[in-house]
Amino acid sequence: MTNIPSNLKYTKNDEWFDPASGKMGLSDYAQAQLSDIVFVEILVGEGDTLQAGQAVASVESVKAAAEVYAAVGGKVVKVNETLADAPETLNSDPYGAGWVIQIEDGDASGLMDASAYEKYCAERAH
Amino acid sequence: MTEFILQDQPKVVEPTIFGLSSPGRVGVSFPDADVPRAELPESLLRADLPLPELAEVDVVRHYMHLSTFNYSVDSGFYPLGSCTMKYNPKIDEDTCRLPGFLYTHPLQPIETVQGNLALMYTLQEWLKEISGFAAVTLQPAAGAHGEFTGVLIMRAYHKSRGDYKRTKMLIPDSAHGTNPASSGMIGLEVVQIPSDARGNVDLEALKAQCDDTVVGLMLTNPNTLGLFDEHVEEVIKIVHECGGLVYGDGANLNALLGIVRPGDLGFDVMHFNLHKTFAVPHGGGGPGSGPVGVAAHLADFLPEPVVGIIEDGDEEIPPLYGFVRPPKTIGRMKAFHGHFGGGLVRAYTYIAMHGAEGLRQVAEHAVLNANYLQARLRGVYPIPYDRICMHEFVAEGRIEGSDVRALDIAKRLMDYDFHPPTNYFPLIVHEALMIEPTETENKNTLDRFADAMIKIAEEARTQPELLREAPHKTPFGRMDEVRAARELVLCCWLPEEKDEA
Repeated sequence: MTNIPSNLKYTKNDEWFDPASGKMGLSDYAQAQLSDIVFVEILVGEGDTLQAGQAVASVESVKAAAEVYAAVGGKVVKVNETLADAPETLNSDPYGAGWVIQIEDGDASGLMDASAYEKYCAERAH
Repeated sequence: MTEFILQDQPKVVEPTIFGLSSPGRVGVSFPDADVPRAELPESLLRADLPLPELAEVDVVRHYMHLSTFNYSVDSGFYPLGSCTMKYNPKIDEDTCRLPGFLYTHPLQPIETVQGNLALMYTLQEWLKEISGFAAVTLQPAAGAHGEFTGVLIMRAYHKSRGDYKRTKMLIPDSAHGTNPASSGMIGLEVVQIPSDARGNVDLEALKAQCDDTVVGLMLTNPNTLGLFDEHVEEVIKIVHECGGLVYGDGANLNALLGIVRPGDLGFDVMHFNLHKTFAVPHGGGGPGSGPVGVAAHLADFLPEPVVGIIEDGDEEIPPLYGFVRPPKTIGRMKAFHGHFGGGLVRAYTYIAMHGAEGLRQVAEHAVLNANYLQARLRGVYPIPYDRICMHEFVAEGRIEGSDVRALDIAKRLMDYDFHPPTNYFPLIVHEALMIEPTETENKNTLDRFADAMIKIAEEARTQPELLREAPHKTPFGRMDEVRAARELVLCCWLPEEKDEA
């Protein structure tokens, strides 16, 4: 069963955003679809100002290559540098140690809440 | 049903050539030098290169043994969807080794290579006739290189009209994965267009993106679901109405030969994969060959040079073939003239051998074979876009009542001595198994494959671990693909060993 924490907000591209911490990453649904992730490259740096929807990271799995897009716009305060050496963290702990970037003053108002995202995932299951 | 007798093969592990090395063994003995020995400068000498030491016979046996681990079109059925792994006729090997082709050089004066140029000219003419386009370049080295060439031509066309606003390339989600890459290479913005429920381009989504910033649409037709777009002419019309051009990914032309000509449908540009449609051997990295055809309004932009007639002949004297520069050319795409012997001579042979009627039969049988397999597997594996397919179809590697995945099914097929289908592509189908039998397989082979797929579906329910641990009968078992991708060790000795040497 897909894990969808209720305190997070979600995009249609399967990114999550935590309004409390400003962190964002890939959802559990996305990591399961991609299967084993073998490569992560973060495309933005600390201090960059992002637009929502801008590509922030490239990930590759044994099945596919995909981009992670900024769930919301804002200024990058931190990027998760541990992912380059441990891309499997995106699979094992997508909402914890697998966070991708952290921004400040992100506006989550346009994003889905957990129940809307759960419905969205269920629709795509078949 | 076919009876399968699966014999356990011994798990032979062949050491690397370094593992077989024994100090002092030599493969080649040089005669004593009959000139004074010249010493290399100290700075050029190295002692840290651990080359293997073996006799010639050991080297031959090592590589001979390794070659028996290989699986090829010549050893069995190879239904690798999207790749068109048809049988490659051996007559092509004879023609491309004819001395007149083999012992020529691309820089020879044209008067001395008129046979080569006549072949290239004729191949251009044939590809025009087959596709309905006005002009063809043979230069691109492979399919994706052809795409890149086509996209450069599209951009050059817009620029030549002073139309600099166009930066957006529309690409359906059922396209080949190289399409967005080719557009991305020249800096275009890629916009994905979804498929509708029948696997066609979603017309409303397409219309919503069509404006005066569109360079064009890259359409794979038949698409990667193996389906012919039911509204292809309308799709093309919509793109043309906003001033965009339509690129056809001709990788699936195998299904259309002699039946539909993309040029007649309104496509503006298309690449051919000579290594798929016209049976040039491929896999293992090449050689590919990706000629590009264009409609009349784009002919002036083709890469230079194209082969043309530079002096007309008459009843007694043949024409003089030479190189022609299209007036608004995008430039060269490749040194010299494309993959001549490897690609062009073989494709020419294939077309000449089949003739027009034979090429039509190629398409008919490719489509018939795919539909036959789809019909036999319907009800055993889910087929998400289930309608008459073209030369391939996509099933889901999911079995009701089992948790095995497409990868497990693919690996288990190896135990039945088949090459697995393409899996996990296209991305729009969960657990995709993309099956392309090609026209060169007979009904017995198709039945044997269908029987194996049905048997595997049964095994998935009764003995799922058999699939999860497959393959069992191959020289090597399940490879750790994840570790191979995460730990990239590509050198033949590990750095520590090198230090010790």
